Amino acid sequence: MLTPRLYLAQRLSALILAPLVIGHVAVMIYAVQDGLSAAEILGRTRGSIGWALFYGLFAAAVAVHAAIGLRVIAHETLGLKGRGLAALTWAIFALLLGLGLRAVWAVTAGGAA
Amino acid sequence: MTTAQKSGSGTDTIGNHGTGEGADESAGSSAPGAALSVSVWRGGPGGGRFHDYEVPARESQTVLDVVSWIQQEAEPALAYRFACRVGMCGSCAMTVNGVPRWTCRTHVQRVAANGRLQIAPLRNLPVIRDLAVDMDPFFERWTAAEGRFHPGTTRHDPMAPVDPASPARREADAAIECINCAVCHAACDTVAADPDYLGPAPLNRAWTLLNDAKDEGRDAILDAVAGRGGCLSCHSMGSCTRHCPNGLDPMRAIAGLKRATALRALRGRR
Repeated sequence: MLTPRLYLAQRLSALILAPLVIGHVAVMIYAVQDGLSAAEILGRTRGSIGWALFYGLFAAAVAVHAAIGLRVIAHETLGLKGRGLAALTWAIFALLLGLGLRAVWAVTAGGAA
Repeated sequence: MTTAQKSGSGTDTIGNHGTGEGADESAGSSAPGAALSVSVWRGGPGGGRFHDYEVPARESQTVLDVVSWIQQEAEPALAYRFACRVGMCGSCAMTVNGVPRWTCRTHVQRVAANGRLQIAPLRNLPVIRDLAVDMDPFFERWTAAEGRFHPGTTRHDPMAPVDPASPARREADAAIECINCAVCHAACDTVAADPDYLGPAPLNRAWTLLNDAKDEGRDAILDAVAGRGGCLSCHSMGSCTRHCPNGLDPMRAIAGLKRATALRALRGRR
């Protein structure tokens, strides 16, 4: 159950996610191949505005994309509509965004994860 | 002529008919003189079951020929629907070995699995009786999708020029030969899952009108197909395109509607 704006938001978030996912996978392969320890990884990410922006955008795009996708599944499989469906969509968005940004904060700003 | 043999088989309900292509596509080899084993769903809105018949196999026999033989020779009370018998009227569609098909143009030899046929009413539509389904919900969706011509001129105005080579006209022409058989409706899993979904055929019709130079209901059409149950509910699974007996591509038409609604939203108009 999508409005044109939700449809656009899901497509645009997918457009943003595509290069970010490739970048994320490349970083993972690099870290594993190079045998970087957790401390070495954190040493490179902490204080880095670039990594904060990269993964902050990643987390935001995931929250938008997944919340809209799960909204459709909830409508079709559970029959949710109206305010219940809207509340579920926002709740999933807030949860994913909160968890994602908390993780980004932990690895880039040095906060406790 | 072989005497038909009728016997009750296991219980089954209409809710159990799938549409996936399966082993039924294996070419049958019903030689002339042989008999086909045919299971026909019989019942009403409350449920029913398959009844078994033996039907003489013929050369170039269609599934509609088989159903007609059963009705004429074995089961006079069998309810089914057909009219033109040449693939134009769209009234004879049924589920044949789990796949929605136009029965008048479906040769038994192409779909029978080892001389066996299972014939049931179309999925996703209420059964009236036996193989006849109520088409009202299907046509109500055409109305809801603004699948009607929206005139904008009177007889005193000049006729709108229609360029057959224009991209819009080509899109309309590619989608216009729908015969309203509801095969796509029965094949669509989104129709099965979402009672609000308009379905492939009404959206395909809306796409032809959106590309018609003479139709002046563009906003009305886009309002109808962008709303609840509209084109954005389509998951592009492609069952409509795969099963359309006329070779149309409703999934492409729906993709066109998605683009049109998204562009309109980008421009901030809805």
